Amino acid sequence: MERLTGTFKVKSGLAEMLKGGVIMDVVNAEQAKIAEKAGAVAVMALERVPADIRAAGGVARMADPKKIKEIMDAVTIPVMAKCRIGHFAEAQILEALGVDYIDESEVLTPADPEHHIDKWQFKVPFVCGARDLPEACRRIAEGAAMIRTKGEAGTGDVSQAVRHMRLMNKQIRIVRQASDEELVSLGKEWGAPVEVLRLIKELGRLPVVNFAAGGIATPADAALMMQLGCDGIFVGSGIFKSEDPEKRARAIVMATTYYNDPKVLAEISEDLGEPMPSISAIHLSERELLQVRGN
Amino acid sequence: MRIGVLGLQGDFREHLTVLRSLGIDARDVRTKEQLDEIDGLIIPGGESTTMAYLLERTGMLSVLRERGAQGFPIYGTCAGMILLARELKDSSPENRLALMDITVKRNAYGRQLESFEADLQIKNIGEFHAIFIRAPKVVRVGPAVEILAEHEGTPVLVRQKNLLASSFHPELSSDPRVHQYFLEIVARG
Repeated sequence: MERLTGTFKVKSGLAEMLKGGVIMDVVNAEQAKIAEKAGAVAVMALERVPADIRAAGGVARMADPKKIKEIMDAVTIPVMAKCRIGHFAEAQILEALGVDYIDESEVLTPADPEHHIDKWQFKVPFVCGARDLPEACRRIAEGAAMIRTKGEAGTGDVSQAVRHMRLMNKQIRIVRQASDEELVSLGKEWGAPVEVLRLIKELGRLPVVNFAAGGIATPADAALMMQLGCDGIFVGSGIFKSEDPEKRARAIVMATTYYNDPKVLAEISEDLGEPMPSISAIHLSERELLQVRGN
Repeated sequence: MRIGVLGLQGDFREHLTVLRSLGIDARDVRTKEQLDEIDGLIIPGGESTTMAYLLERTGMLSVLRERGAQGFPIYGTCAGMILLARELKDSSPENRLALMDITVKRNAYGRQLESFEADLQIKNIGEFHAIFIRAPKVVRVGPAVEILAEHEGTPVLVRQKNLLASSFHPELSSDPRVHQYFLEIVARG
């Protein structure tokens, strides 16, 4: 019997399996093992976490394949890796390495100021960041099988992820209410492909999984984002830049499952040590913002 | 009849949607107290290491292991199959229900690039379009285990009395027949 691989169903299917879980940034095999043991559903293999990328400045690129392979060999959970926006050659390399998901990420320096990657050309699934529904629709039209809020990576400030999630929710409500004629106008006004808007209206939600990312630093942050309706959590610098990564990782995993149970949240939020060194996103200049990269 | 879907992590909402489309009273289960309120449990797809960690931490693991051994119906899909298997090949054995006499190898079909769709012939059900995501492979079945479907000579749907396990995800197929088969197991007690 024939096997069909690389279909959109199996691409988006893996994201479905990650729901209700936490995906953690790791920079080496040791951190990957800590993340897996703490209950992470996947890890993001990186050379530097976003807070360090932000501090270093310059051009941030795909990680060294050796680093990614080291992390793939260390754990049995899925391994994701980031490529630059529009850098389809980096994506080809990551696919050849056999990573389970590619994050076409604004955290790295964009390689193409005009275009994102045509993700339909790949068998490996992609996750992309979005600040609002139109942006999510454009990424889905390009073949993204999973969406995440952009938030503001490397800050430890959850406010931007909240803003992006609330805006997306509001715009989904508008689409659900819209007549067929209004959908066409909305598509024009928003710069959103109308066929994706139609699908959203039909389903009453995004056609792919939507995670929260960009500034999540505490179990309460994770619970907040889950209550706002996202499907799961990415934690970048929030774990391994904190005082006690293992304990914080376990607490954020618990918070993502028991996001609706304040008693459990109170218990697991206790005595976690210092969170990551954080900066308020509103104090960043336009130049320093990562969320404006790739629209 | 009330069916629970383990709601710790994974695609539990897809299972709830299938069950509710069949008119079943279905709810997600996250505490050991909630296990008293249901007649059968589905363990969804997701990450088995994450679910195992949360099952242990919440005290659900030992309760469920005891119930399962006493005839409580449980259906595990993918990650659920790994949690039900008595033995794992090439992985550490702790933190699982270990109720079914099968040996399973995790991610044995390969990484995500090898995830696939295929048509199966299922005993008593017929042709079924199945979705395999980083699926586990059944490498041994004990004498008490009935093989209900195979793909390329490997069992992919197996039953041992009150316990059912699949390496694929019927909750992603828009076809409720495997769920209906499990509901019959629950109904017969």
